[in-house]
Amino acid sequence: MQFGILVNEGPYTHQASDSAFLFARTAIEKGHTVPRVFFYHDGVNNSTRLATPPQDDRNVSARWSKLAADHGVDLVVCVAAAQRRGITDDVLAPGFRISGLGQLVEMGIQYDRLVTFGD
Amino acid sequence: MSDMDDMDDGSGIVKKFMFLNRKAPHGTVYALEGLEVVLITAAFDQDVSMVFTDDGVYQLMKGVDSKGIEIKDFSKTYRALEGYDIEKLYVDQPSLDARGLTEDDLIVDVTVLSVSEMANLMAEQDVVISF
Amino acid sequence: MLHIVNKSATERGSLESCLAMATQSSAVLLIEDAVYAATKGGAAAAKIQAAAAGLKIYALGPDLAARGMAGRVLDGVNVVDYGGFVDLVAEHNSCQSWL
Repeated sequence: MQFGILVNEGPYTHQASDSAFLFARTAIEKGHTVPRVFFYHDGVNNSTRLATPPQDDRNVSARWSKLAADHGVDLVVCVAAAQRRGITDDVLAPGFRISGLGQLVEMGIQYDRLVTFGD
Repeated sequence: MSDMDDMDDGSGIVKKFMFLNRKAPHGTVYALEGLEVVLITAAFDQDVSMVFTDDGVYQLMKGVDSKGIEIKDFSKTYRALEGYDIEKLYVDQPSLDARGLTEDDLIVDVTVLSVSEMANLMAEQDVVISF
Repeated sequence: MLHIVNKSATERGSLESCLAMATQSSAVLLIEDAVYAATKGGAAAAKIQAAAAGLKIYALGPDLAARGMAGRVLDGVNVVDYGGFVDLVAEHNSCQSWL
């Protein structure tokens, strides 16, 4: 089955991004595909390469990048939400790209399931 | 609107999309950015419903003046939805009652549902996007 | 329909709204802070137990454990791990998050 995931919140402040990541990773482990994860509202802040969280805890942005590298997950950051919050191409971590809200709508149309993680 | 027609994903698939709005405007961004998703969805020829429940009904208030908080007033955008063929706007009676509101307080025409009608509407959706 | 609730019932009204709107053939999964509602002695316990008569109520085990609540789960609540979460989403035609 193809799962789409929508992440509405940024890293650390809310558990949303963590829950979304663990869901995505588990779905892939169980043999499903997660072709795309869409980041909206403050969720765009998951895409920054500039974060340097403490070493003894998870690195939220980096593990999304690793999921993308290992499993081809397309990490899409909404352009309008990104512009409001100062996320530009040059701060993106690997695996993330900026694109339009149409990418989210397409997930709903094309995939079997779309799960929202937010506040 | 012809460039919006190009946004159709070309598959011919039509799903029931429901946008779930449960938060008041301005205190958080979800009302505004949620509306932006709906406007984009209009170009994809899907079967779109917007549901306003709990504090989401406050998004539809008439008589907004946001100059004092210096945040853009987007309330008139709800009136533009009809021009995008987004006409299925629903609120539930208990959410209005709990807030002392009636349909006359709202900036657009809506269909007012009972709890069980709204529950059944939700149950028949293919895709629900929550903000 | 799978309903997913993520906030504590004593912080926010989302669980209450969800339970009012979930139709009889639905399931409700509590994740993140919402798992507190599935614990004994909690303010929402009575509501959850009443709901469990007509709905299938699930709680995410890792979130219970992370909050020290694993040993306090209400009878009638099904504890699932992330694998179970994925299965629930797959098994239901659609899912709806109450944020």
